[in-house]
This record gives sequence, C-alpha cells and structure tokens, in this order.
Amino acid sequence: MDTLIDLKDITKIYQVGTVEVPALRGITLSIEFNEYVSIMGQSGSGKSTLMNILGCLDTPTEGTYLFKDREIGGLDDNALADIRNREIGFVFQTFNLLPRATALHNVELPLIYNGTPAKERRQAAREALESVGLADRAQHRPNELSGGQRQRVAIARALVNKPSVILADEPTGNLDSKTGEEIMDIFEEIHRGGNTIILVTHEEYIAHHTQRSIRLLDGRVAVDELRRDDNVAREASRESPSPAS
Amino acid sequence: MNPREIIESVRIAMAALRTHKVRAALTTLGILIGVTTVIGLVSLVQGLNQSFAGQVASLGSNVLYVEKYPWFAGEDWYKYRNRKNITLEQADRLAGMLTTAETAAPVVYTRRMIKFGDARAEAILIRGTTPEYQDVADVFTASGRFFSAVDNHRHNQVCILGQAVVDAIFPDADPLYQRVYIGSYRFLVIGIKEKKGNLLGFNQDEDVIIPIRTFEKFFGSHRSVEIMVEAADAGNLDETKEEARWAMRIIRRNRPGEPDDFSINQQDMLTDMYQKVTGTIYLVMIGIGAVSLIVGGIGIMNIMLVSVTERTREIGIRKALGARRRNILWQFLVEAVTLSCFGGLLGILIGFGLGKLIAAVSPLPASVSLWSVFLGLGFSSTVGIFFGLYPAAKAARLNPIEALHYE
Repeated sequence: MDTLIDLKDITKIYQVGTVEVPALRGITLSIEFNEYVSIMGQSGSGKSTLMNILGCLDTPTEGTYLFKDREIGGLDDNALADIRNREIGFVFQTFNLLPRATALHNVELPLIYNGTPAKERRQAAREALESVGLADRAQHRPNELSGGQRQRVAIARALVNKPSVILADEPTGNLDSKTGEEIMDIFEEIHRGGNTIILVTHEEYIAHHTQRSIRLLDGRVAVDELRRDDNVAREASRESPSPAS
Repeated sequence: MNPREIIESVRIAMAALRTHKVRAALTTLGILIGVTTVIGLVSLVQGLNQSFAGQVASLGSNVLYVEKYPWFAGEDWYKYRNRKNITLEQADRLAGMLTTAETAAPVVYTRRMIKFGDARAEAILIRGTTPEYQDVADVFTASGRFFSAVDNHRHNQVCILGQAVVDAIFPDADPLYQRVYIGSYRFLVIGIKEKKGNLLGFNQDEDVIIPIRTFEKFFGSHRSVEIMVEAADAGNLDETKEEARWAMRIIRRNRPGEPDDFSINQQDMLTDMYQKVTGTIYLVMIGIGAVSLIVGGIGIMNIMLVSVTERTREIGIRKALGARRRNILWQFLVEAVTLSCFGGLLGILIGFGLGKLIAAVSPLPASVSLWSVFLGLGFSSTVGIFFGLYPAAKAARLNPIEALHYE
C-alpha cells in the first residue's frame, strides 16, 4: 500500500439558508506516502474546504475518501477524532496553541487524548521540542515566544504522535519571510525523515519547496504538476502520480 | 472513559479554575451559602434531637400512663372532658389485676406554697403517690427515707423534698426532720430526693412527694388519678398495654362496642410528637437549602456558559488534536462539579463552625454527624452535575472547524 490518501469525486456543498453553495465540485486525487504536496489556489477556490476534509475535520457531501484504504465518509465524530489524533498532525497559520499552557504542555496535548501515561507523554513531548530546536523553551508560554518559535511548538505538537501526514495550513502566513524560510527548512527536514506533508498556501515561493503542486480553481483541480527542481533526484526514484486534468 | 482520562479532565479543569480564581470563588459562593445553611441547621436539629432523646429516655420506655386524657389531644380535648375521673380505688384494682406488670403507682398532682420559717416557695408541684412510685419512676431518696405503705395508710403528714425546693427554703439549715408548711398543713420532712435534672425544660427537682392518701385527705379527692404502670418485660410493652386496657374497661364498666373512657399514654407519643415538629423544621430547612443550592447552581451554569464561549477556540484546538466529545464533556463537567464541591466543602466547614459557635454562645445544643457531611457533598456535586451538564454538552457538540475559527 503506497497510497496514503485517495479522493474520488469529492464534492462539498454548504447549505446557506435555502441556497446551496458548492465549495468542491468533484475532486479526484491521490497522495502517496512520503510525498510533499502543496495545495494552492485563490481564496474561494475551495482549498480550505479540501484541507478540512483531508484533515477529517469535515466529511464530504459526496464522493469517497480513502485514508490508508479506509473509508472516511461514514465515520462518526469519535472515529474522526481518533483518526485526527493518530494519523494527522495539524499546523495552522495562527499557530492555535493554548495560550495559558506551557510549550511542553501544548506539545503533550495530542498524547493526552490517546491515553499515553503522563511520564511517557512528557518524554515524547520533550523529544519533539528538541527536534524543532526548542528544548530550552519547554516551560515558556506562547506569549513568551516569538512567532517562529510558536510555529515550531505547533510543529512539535503535530509531530509528537508520529502521524501519517502533516497538514499545514498557511504555516508561514503570519511570519516574516526569514522566519518563514526557517519553518520551511524544518518541513524539509521532516519530509526527509520520511513523513508525508500537505501544505496549503497561496504563496508561490512557499510552494516551490514542495515536490508537487496542486492548484484549485472554483472547487476543481486545475493543475497537478510535479516540480522539477531540487527534488529531481528523489522524484526519479518514485513512481509519479498521474496528473489530473 | 478510563480512569486516566478522568484524571486528565480533573487536571485540565483545575488549571482552568486556577486561571480565574476570583471568578471561581464568587461562583461557588451560592453553593457555599446553601450548604452552610443546611449543615448549620442540621447540626442544630441533630443536637436538639440527641438532647431530647436523652431526656425522654429518662421517662422510661417501659412505663405506661393510664390517664383520663390522652397526651396531645389537640383540638379534640373536649371529647374527653366528660370522662369520669380515675379514682384511687380504681388504681388499686388495676394494680391487683395486672399480671404482666412489674409494679404500678397512682399519682395525683397539685400546686401549693411551701414555707419554712420566713422562707417560702410558691406554686410548688405536690405529688401524691405510693411507695411503688420509687420503682416506676426511678425516684429515690438521697438522704432520709421514702415514705412507707404504713405512712400512706395512716395519712401521715410526711414529705420528700426535691433538691430545688430544699435550696429555696432551706438555704442554710439541714431540712431533714424539720416541719414545713405545704399550703396550710404541717408536714415532716423525712427524705430528700435525688437530683433528676431537667426534662424538656421542666425542672424535675422542684417538687414535693407525699403519700397519696394524705394528699386526698388534705387537698381533696376530686382529681383524676394517673396510674403509672411499669411493664415487667420492656420488649412486650404492647401486651401489658392491652392487659391494662381490658382491665380498665372492666373496672370502668365500658360496655362492648363502647370506646374506652380512659387513655393509655406512653413515651413513644412524646417522641412521635417531637418528630412531627422537627420533621417540619427539616422540611423548611431542606426548602431553604434547596433554593440557595438552585440559585448557586444557576450561577455555576451561567459562568460555565461564559467559560465555554470564551474557550471556544481552545475546544476547537483540542478537537482538532483528537479530543472526543466525551473528553470535552468531562473537562467542563469536572470543572463545574469541582466548583460546586469546593463550595460544598467550605460550606460544610463553615456550617459546622456556625453550629458549634451557636452551641457555645446559646443554650441550644449542636451535633455534627457524618451523614450531614455526605449530604452536603452529595447535594453540591449533584448541583454541579445538573447545572454543569448543559454547558459541557454545548462545548462537546461544537463543530471543530467553526470553533477553530472563532474569534
């Protein structure tokens, strides 16, 4: 099983009053293990909706979503929560850390919900913080950290459960370009470590870090292309996905 | 829900409460006042109960009182007014007929002035009875002697004084074998009663005991006699009661189908009466406590709703990271229950303190029992669960996407 995520004809229609507003109009794409994918598109293109569905925060109106060959469509709230907990690491534009909790506690959060004992939890959280270079900031609260440091805490939190995929929604959107580059370096490293990363962004230079770029337009996949720059060597060793129209 | 998840909920709830200390303290005040009220009143009523039970026990649980009137006749008193008096002769016949009684003593009462020299005491209870009274009522002499059957038979003018009467008219002198005036008749003091203390606020030592035949000779025989019957077997009081009833019906010539024209009273009736009264107090107390607990509970619900709204984003984050509905539900429920139980615990402590304080500065007794502690805790945690459930369920139902983007 090489395919991590397999979407077929995913549509999502929001009911606003009596009006039906389609956000996704039939998305078909698959993402392999250890791929580094960016999803791009203007606001209103449906990339947030796609992100929510990929992250199991929402379910599609129609179509099938196979995650590790498991159908997500019919799952209830609790099952979705478990998948988010074990399989998905979120990184948000606004960091979404708990403001009153220490960095360490923030990183521990996902482990609390899968019942890891407190001691192991703290250990794993420390290691995750170390991996993003924040071991010395474990007892700091988010408001005592810089934006880049906060985002690194959030990345540590996304990594702590050893998820199958990291979903990052505009992870550099609230950072200056230098800090943004630092964050991208971390993603690079995570990817090199064997992780799958899906990155939602509307900035071209951020998308350049990824191997594959998916552009959405009006709820459809407009472009799905492999990038042929510094990732060529790895690309060659990998079976290339069929680009959708 | 495994224990570890519950422990985590408690940790999270505690951390949330620590960040809003003043708010938590104010919120819990309602519960605190409610529980304080309940515990304070319960400990007072309990104290009264114990003191009452102790006093009533001194009446003797195996003693029946055959009388003209029932105790606590209430509004029906007029029904018994036309009953004929019980006479001394009837009392003697009853004593002779009873087989299951240990002993029986007739008693009549009046009030008279007592005088010794210039010292006098007004309206002292004069009790006319027989020597059997000692056993039936557990009344014995501390010094001197009780009168004998011969004293009674001969209408001897002898008396036994209660301690309070001795204190009133013999401040210095030894009362034994002095002659005192009871009303306008001279009596020889032959004994001093052992101290008995108070019974329901009535000083049992403020009395004088004289032979019943002497009593009737000097103070008249127009009073109805009360017959105290002590059952041989305290466990079989009902049997003795039935026997006394049928004997009295024969003595008083009650025809079949006619109701008794006398009443048989017993200590239970006092207890029953008392329980009726305190039952009402309990009800009022529970009412007051319930109202303040409900008010406190509404306060908790209000604050929890505010808290859920404030922390919508936190809920969204937790859900995105894999918190299930029940994790969120527990987190907020535990917070509400902790708030109310904290108030409950403080309320128990303050309620106890209040009870003890009242006991210390007033004649009211106070007693604190374990069950009232559990009652207080039980009430407050129930209130916490009841009023915390709605806000917690609201939090648990939040849509993670909307919650994440809540500003």
